[in-house]
Amino acid sequence: MATRLMFENSCEVGVFSKLTNAYCLVAIGGSESFYSTFEAELADVIPVVKTSIGGTRIIGRLCAGNKNGLLLPHTTTDQELQHLRNSLPDNVVVQRIEERLSALGNCIACNDHVALTHTDLDRETEEMIADVLGVEVFRQTIAGNILVGSYCTLSNRGGLVHPHTSIEDLDELSTLLQVPLVAGTVNRGSEVIAAGMTVNDWTAFCGSDTTATELSVIESVFKLREAQPSAIVEEMRKSLIDSYV
Amino acid sequence: MAEEAGMFVIRQTVGSILCCKCGVPMQPNAANMCVKCLRSEVDITEGLQKHVIIRHCPECDSYLHHSNTWIKAQLESKELLTYCLGKLHFRGVRMVHAEFVWTEPHSKRIKIRVRVQKEVLHGAILEQTYVVEYVQQESMCESCSRIQANPDQWVASVQVRQHVSHRRTFFYLEQLILKHDAAVRAIKIKQMDQGIDFFFANRSHGVKFVEFVGKVAPVRSRHDKQLVSHDPKSNNYNYKYTFSVEISPICREDLICLPPKVAVSLGNLGPLVICTKVTNSIALLDPLTLRQCYLDADQYWRASFKSLLTSRQLVEYIVLDVEIISPDVNIGGSRYALAEAQVARLSDFGKNDTIFFIKTHLGHILKPGDQALGYDLYGTNSNDIELDKYKGLVLPEAILIKKSYEEKRQRKHGKPRSWKLKSLSMEVDDSRGRNDQEKMNKEYEEFLRDLEENPELRFNVSLYRNKEYQPSEMASMTDGEDVPSVPLEELLADLDISDMEDGDDYNMSE
Repeated sequence: MATRLMFENSCEVGVFSKLTNAYCLVAIGGSESFYSTFEAELADVIPVVKTSIGGTRIIGRLCAGNKNGLLLPHTTTDQELQHLRNSLPDNVVVQRIEERLSALGNCIACNDHVALTHTDLDRETEEMIADVLGVEVFRQTIAGNILVGSYCTLSNRGGLVHPHTSIEDLDELSTLLQVPLVAGTVNRGSEVIAAGMTVNDWTAFCGSDTTATELSVIESVFKLREAQPSAIVEEMRKSLIDSYV
Repeated sequence: MAEEAGMFVIRQTVGSILCCKCGVPMQPNAANMCVKCLRSEVDITEGLQKHVIIRHCPECDSYLHHSNTWIKAQLESKELLTYCLGKLHFRGVRMVHAEFVWTEPHSKRIKIRVRVQKEVLHGAILEQTYVVEYVQQESMCESCSRIQANPDQWVASVQVRQHVSHRRTFFYLEQLILKHDAAVRAIKIKQMDQGIDFFFANRSHGVKFVEFVGKVAPVRSRHDKQLVSHDPKSNNYNYKYTFSVEISPICREDLICLPPKVAVSLGNLGPLVICTKVTNSIALLDPLTLRQCYLDADQYWRASFKSLLTSRQLVEYIVLDVEIISPDVNIGGSRYALAEAQVARLSDFGKNDTIFFIKTHLGHILKPGDQALGYDLYGTNSNDIELDKYKGLVLPEAILIKKSYEEKRQRKHGKPRSWKLKSLSMEVDDSRGRNDQEKMNKEYEEFLRDLEENPELRFNVSLYRNKEYQPSEMASMTDGEDVPSVPLEELLADLDISDMEDGDDYNMSE
């Protein structure tokens, strides 16, 4: 299910949070309601960690990660790095990288298998992404925008991209990602998709301006209706049992 | 560009997204909202004026522009649209189109459909039309209310006078005024004995008119003013101005005996001369020597002589024989030939054998048997002072002035002319009776004949085509010399727009 919420009167919830299949990072805010919304939805499945990155609250735009790892910009302090290492599950690799383009969240869009990156990232960074996140890396643009991390959100089940993406681009991207993609908007027509929402395989959080139409597009492309954390396990088990039998 | 350079370019097909509000599939735009939703979301005409009150003067059909300027504009005209849009303030929006919506002319409402554009929601440009209603509030403009309060509210009056027994000069002056639109500012024109009075609302209009008359006729003028009221506190003085303009009594075709001083100053001209032309100077022709001199208004008023005989005293002669004694000469644009002629008065013809042997300047047009008009100096008993000053002056027995077409004209009598003239709307004093009216009609007819006979005179006059005139075949069959008439090419088509309500006529020259 997708949840609508606000961070201190701002609908850009993707800026202040980072959601993956293995953990959730939330910015430290004045009010507790933002955190508690995440907590209510995720507490018994994955850890929800309050943190800042480089002393700022815009953590969603500064870091990139999936269930395998978390990449942090060079502005991250040692304290923050330590706090994250302590809070995240042991199998998540937390890595600080020396990349000139420090807003990693804007430059990298990834799910657990594939990452689309800004075309100007360093080769070292690219290798690091592949190693830490365990993904294939493609340098791409979305509807002519090089900030791929801002203009699309991906999960392992689907993806939402910039509304101006042409049909040819959609075909190419979904071939790379091996997930269905759809062009759409969040927050009542905003095209900065990743800023307006954050998503993992079974849940999504959108800005409270998001309309019912947009929400239904999001739920259908990310297949959130039937999705539960347990449902995945069920599905997996079914296939396992199938093969076992 | 890349395609022109021969590069491979991937075709981009624009996909469709769902409108974020209503969910219909649509092409992505800046607001990512379908046009209907966008319209319902934002009203760009919000805060724009949709009702405006304008002031309208019903008398002169004009609209109040600023504090005291009035603009004349007809309904649905470009000027009115400009005026109406000027009343609106487009704050933050761009006006791209405006048109009138038809309303009843007497509904006192003007409606204009305006189309505006504005950038809304992340750069989507929204276009919207709306109707502005203007309510006309009737209030008379200053000049109209002044006229309403007292139609005689003139400030300057110009009294044009000529002290002669006929009105020919004023018929001609009327045509000149019409041609040059010199009296459009006059609020009243009144026909007076021996002249016309023009009334103006402004002194400067009067001065301008006086200057105009001074350019077309030899005049002398003086002006006076009368104090109507004054306010010593604010030093305001309110005057009525009167301009008295006197036109010289010398008319075309008059016979003049020049005073000795003038004759000497013009190089011993005359002293018996004919006035051939009157503009702002007087052209004098000596019929015996074919010398011509010009006398301007200043020179004339210094001597201010009168004519010896005027065109009313012309007598008809019959030409018995003509003998040209000098070849044709061109003087001041018209041809003359000196000739010796035997003439007899038409009244004597067949009664006695009184024949005059005279010199005439009309040798080029006169043939034996023709009729001509001239002054009978043999029979007149003149008591002119100037004439008496010349001792031993031998007067010719007759001086011919022009050829007469009276006989031929009688054939055409009663037929309308192919042309007509316009006239000023003048008030007439009715006190002078019917006789006067008849006399004036006769003089007007004479003036029209003059125009026909003299192309020079027509030069400054606008003639209009007479629609009622049908050329008869008879006229084209007549043999020999015909009565002079105005060629068709000289006429102006009179354009009258009959369905215009205010009845303004515009003249369009061909």
